[in-house]
Amino acid sequence: MTSLFGENDLWGPLDPTKDAGYGEDRPKRKGFFTDTSICIGCKACEVACKEWNDVPADHFDMLGSSYDNSHSLNANQWRHVAFIEQPTRAEPRQTVDLGMPVRAPSRPPEEEPGEDAEKPDFRWLMSSDVCKHCTHAACLDVCPTGSLFRSEFGTVVVQDDICNGCGYCVAACPYGVIERRRAPEGDKNVGIAQKCTLCYDRLGAGMTPACAQACPTQSIQFGDVDELRERADARVAELHEAGIMDARLYGNDPDDGIGGAGAFFLLLDEPEVYGLPPDPVVTTHDLSRMFHRATTAAAFMLAGAVVSFLGRRR
Amino acid sequence: MAEAHPVGFQWVMEAKARGAKVIHVDPRFTRTSALADSYVPIRAGSDIAFLGGIVNYVLANELDFREYVVNYTNAATLVSEDFQDTDDLDGLFSGYDPETRTYDPTSWQYAGAESEGDEEQDHEMQRETASALQHESHGSGVEAHPPRDETLQDPRCVYQILKRHYARYTPEMVARTCGVSEEQFLEVCQAWTENSTPDRTTALVYSVGWTQHSVGVQYIRTGAILQLLLGNMGRPGGGVMALRGHASIQGSTDIPTLFNLLPGYLPMPNAKDHQSLEQWIEAISQPGSKGFWANASAYAINLLKAYFGEAATSENDFCFDYLPKITGDHGTYSTVLDMIDGKVKGYFLLGQNPAVGSAHGRAQRLGMANLDWLVVRDLFEIESATFWKSSPEVATGEIVPEECRTEVFLLPAASHVEKEGTFTQTQRMLQWRQKAVDPPGDCRSELWFFYHLGRMVKERYADSTDARDVPVQQLAWDYPTHGPHREPSAEAVLKEINGYEVESGRPLSAFTEMKADGSTLGGCWIYTGVFKDGVNQAARRKPAREQSLVAPEWGWAWPANRRLLYNRASADPDGKPWSERKAYVWWDEATGEWTGLDVPDFEKTKPPSYEPPEDADGVAALAGNDPFIMQGDGKGALYVPRGLIDGPMPTHYEPGESPFGNPLYAQQANPTSKVYLRPDNPMNPSPPQHSDVYPYVFTTSRLTEHHTAGGMSRFVARLAELQPEMFIEVSPELARERGLEAGGWATIVTSRSAIEARVLVTDRLTPLKVEGRTVHQVWLPYHWGEGGLVTGDSANDLIGINLDPNVLIQESKVGTCDVRPGRRPTGPALRQLVRDYLEETQR
Amino acid sequence: MARTFLSWPVLRQLRSPDKLGRGTAVRSRQTDELAARTEAADRVAKSVCPYCAVGCAQNVYVKDEQVIQIEGDPDSPVNRGRLCPKGSASKNLVTSPLRQTTVKYRAPYATEWTDLELGTAMEMIADRVVKARNDTWQDIDDRGSRVRRTLGIASLGGATLDNEENYLIKKLFTAMGAIQIENQARI
Repeated sequence: MTSLFGENDLWGPLDPTKDAGYGEDRPKRKGFFTDTSICIGCKACEVACKEWNDVPADHFDMLGSSYDNSHSLNANQWRHVAFIEQPTRAEPRQTVDLGMPVRAPSRPPEEEPGEDAEKPDFRWLMSSDVCKHCTHAACLDVCPTGSLFRSEFGTVVVQDDICNGCGYCVAACPYGVIERRRAPEGDKNVGIAQKCTLCYDRLGAGMTPACAQACPTQSIQFGDVDELRERADARVAELHEAGIMDARLYGNDPDDGIGGAGAFFLLLDEPEVYGLPPDPVVTTHDLSRMFHRATTAAAFMLAGAVVSFLGRRR
Repeated sequence: MAEAHPVGFQWVMEAKARGAKVIHVDPRFTRTSALADSYVPIRAGSDIAFLGGIVNYVLANELDFREYVVNYTNAATLVSEDFQDTDDLDGLFSGYDPETRTYDPTSWQYAGAESEGDEEQDHEMQRETASALQHESHGSGVEAHPPRDETLQDPRCVYQILKRHYARYTPEMVARTCGVSEEQFLEVCQAWTENSTPDRTTALVYSVGWTQHSVGVQYIRTGAILQLLLGNMGRPGGGVMALRGHASIQGSTDIPTLFNLLPGYLPMPNAKDHQSLEQWIEAISQPGSKGFWANASAYAINLLKAYFGEAATSENDFCFDYLPKITGDHGTYSTVLDMIDGKVKGYFLLGQNPAVGSAHGRAQRLGMANLDWLVVRDLFEIESATFWKSSPEVATGEIVPEECRTEVFLLPAASHVEKEGTFTQTQRMLQWRQKAVDPPGDCRSELWFFYHLGRMVKERYADSTDARDVPVQQLAWDYPTHGPHREPSAEAVLKEINGYEVESGRPLSAFTEMKADGSTLGGCWIYTGVFKDGVNQAARRKPAREQSLVAPEWGWAWPANRRLLYNRASADPDGKPWSERKAYVWWDEATGEWTGLDVPDFEKTKPPSYEPPEDADGVAALAGNDPFIMQGDGKGALYVPRGLIDGPMPTHYEPGESPFGNPLYAQQANPTSKVYLRPDNPMNPSPPQHSDVYPYVFTTSRLTEHHTAGGMSRFVARLAELQPEMFIEVSPELARERGLEAGGWATIVTSRSAIEARVLVTDRLTPLKVEGRTVHQVWLPYHWGEGGLVTGDSANDLIGINLDPNVLIQESKVGTCDVRPGRRPTGPALRQLVRDYLEETQR
Repeated sequence: MARTFLSWPVLRQLRSPDKLGRGTAVRSRQTDELAARTEAADRVAKSVCPYCAVGCAQNVYVKDEQVIQIEGDPDSPVNRGRLCPKGSASKNLVTSPLRQTTVKYRAPYATEWTDLELGTAMEMIADRVVKARNDTWQDIDDRGSRVRRTLGIASLGGATLDNEENYLIKKLFTAMGAIQIENQARI
């Protein structure tokens, strides 16, 4: 039998929109390029997202983790700004201007009040995280109801009216983005899987998603994924040129474990530093192979059953 | 800037992307520092030493923009032989009177002007009336043609005086005083000077925490001196930019709800000097000075005419006598102390929450508890409305609800989308807001409230025969209203502010159309033109992409829709741009006019070569190379002979509360600061007194996620959740020293109060080396109170009342404190803790 | 019912090019009909953010006399359509369930609020203003200078208000002789 799955349906580079049955007149794939090197951590994206999408505010405790009080991406947090206060690495200061501020020790080392002989230089990284709108989206692939779907913009969206709250998508997401809403009680979508829609309704009206529209420094850029990838490459080159060798892209590569993200990032450190998985792989990566094995096994079993049935009859 | 004005910060980021270098100087590493090219940690309260050090660097190395400095500033002007500097008097200028703690500035005057205006030189009165605020747009009222030495060699010229004054602000001294390394300091000096040339300009941006010091005005003066020396004023990309913190705080200064001002920076008359219209106008116009204040009679009479309408005639001096007279300090802090003393009966709070937002929160609340009545108009049930039932003083027993007589009216206010009107933003631009929806329930605009309150007060006085009530009876209060609630027309009020011809009703197009004979009226002369051609210019919304970078057709900026003040200085003395790259406004020889990207801030047809006759004064006395047209001598003031209470040049004084002696002079703190010595306003001791009880320096500021006293953020769920608790930022070193646990609690103690906060241990704060020893600084946001969705103690409870003498603004950006682990006691034990500390200082 | 068995998802999936049922085949009617709520606005008011003094322009979308969205005005040379978290929370500010919409009154020595009609409150306030003014009126001060004023009535606020409002406040208080009129600019 021929496979149900076409080439790259579950793995590798792909135009996910075409694959999802949209015709030639479909719009270009849309996404975000989040350039964390110019994020000021203002959280306008978090608020603008919640205002537009009517996401509840229900968490009023200080986390004590720098200025992050929204914790993580979850059902009630479709944008999340991470704050990382970090000493730069122990290697000697580079002679080139890093562009990013570093604080020189401002007192003689011998007079250190603390135990450290050399207080390390310091930087404060900020990054607005969001659903990656994967090319190969495990959440979508495992959704048994068709609630999660690929929009004509190539984004991955939950249809609240279809979701039955089974939660398969929650376990499938390699980034831990999607979650069923648990609170506040009485909210319209409690029990329903929730995450960034890339403002699907706004896209339909030709508008920019709320977070990107609000972002004061254009750390969050919205546009055609192809064009954003070019922009991101250029930005990394520019930063490298300026001696900021830490700059790297995350999620932009169509050959990565999710076929490239629709929402990708420029980071100034390893992904783990920002709480991002270093090498995410779509959890349905092996589905095709498993399917083939399962169908083969089923065929053998069926054959065996037929044989044994025939044998018994005889 | 990224913290408190994130959207404005987009332009800094854009400049950075184009190659600008961004330097951030702050006691703590903020979200601005995170994006800057370099961050310079500094001891809070030492900015004059830091900037003074840069002035010294500029002058010692002759890096000033000489052609600009000679032509456009008062560098060449000679100062009186009698002037003695802080170098001679160890931190004092000549003329100091320790009795009144003020100066007689006679000796500060320009040479030959020592005897002028003795009468107005009563600095005690000037301090009491925050007179410098009037000079915000007045200039210092100096004579038009002082003697000059354009070689800048005369030892009495401003340039040389300045050079001597700052000579001791060496890099070593800066390092010792500010805790900034010499290398970092010199890096800033180099960056600033190298980027200030005919081809390049440097912008100085401050947030108004700079004003909240006992030497706040002189902080800003130091910035202005530096920017003048480097030729950065009046030029695109330069300037000193104040980032103000409320939607129309600029507007409420221009059209002031301030005790010492009337609209357009006209001074409130004072009882001693201004008993007649003539005296009052002369005090403003300063006969003999250059510039546009010479026409003050028109501005003043148009205002009186706008206030009292038909009743105001030339026969009765346009009802000047109806204006109440001030006799001293009637500022908000002295008023609050008067409340505690039972002198004030009624108090209106209009979208402001002093129980949390003003210094010395306890004094604020005790004052409110001793009124006959209080009217609070706000969107939410703020702490200033509930002091009688839930303030910390209710817990301590200092306010007992059953014994508190204050009658409180909490009236719901209309929000910004429920009324129309103009805000003036921080660059003097007015923007008209359309009304989107009706306000809910009983919510009303202030326009509605005050219009109807005025109407009802007038009704109550309608039949009075008491002379006292005549001003109310004759008050011009006839505004068209509309809708079921009889909302007055904001546009009609704006038209009155703009001004019009009394006979025809034709709106004035420029303040130069104002007449001093009563034939025109206008409520705020600097706003004249906002209704030019009968069109609401503030409502203009031509998209930015369809106009020049200056965007002159978006909103309207005072004066005369000028976007950049003193822009004559963007051209050289001959009227040519200093460089192509920085061309902005220039003289067009062919048309005989000033022209350029903006409205020229100069008489349109006065050529750059113009030399006024010797006897000219006022506008006619302005020469073609006098860009500072509101100054009495047409020049930018490096040295201020008149108008400042605490000296003609900024001088480093320690904050009112400091763990250090002044490294530069024997004089410890500002000798003229406005202090209120009362048991309910104690100050923490500074050297030479015993200052170890409060060993740490604290400063406060805003978080991006909140707004000032929290009235518009703690009650808003989406903001409250972003920063849900009051906290204190401490360095890891201090946390170790005091046993503070990350995420745990700390108690912060001053002589006013003690508050508690969650502990955030962070490398963003760093101990500094000052005067050879380590000083720890801590930082507090000030957004919390006991109301709203998220609650916490108020940082302003820690702060005492100690004011800048020029403008009577409190020193709330630096103080000393102790920090101890754990939560504070509640109830009477809280007061006991504060008393115990105070007693310790006396041991 | 218009939907027939032909619209059953599994059949749609098999008939459509979306054979894995991840796109066109699984769209619900709600999804097909989804539209940005701003599209349905009755009007858009041109406004300005009420928080800091940067002066960001806002578009206020109104539907059925309710504010349904506030966002940055892309035409503005100040903010180019962008807003900070506070500006972005403006709708939450103006529609907050915590807003006061009725008058609250605390009588002397009372321990609780009571309700009051707005009209009554206005009359009471006008009475108190007149009384405080009369009781504390000064024609001359203690040095004998003519001052024509009251030090019995103070006011604080204005920086969050409109120019027109500040103008009326100062005008009325000045005519009444009240001078302790202050705002955030002093703080």
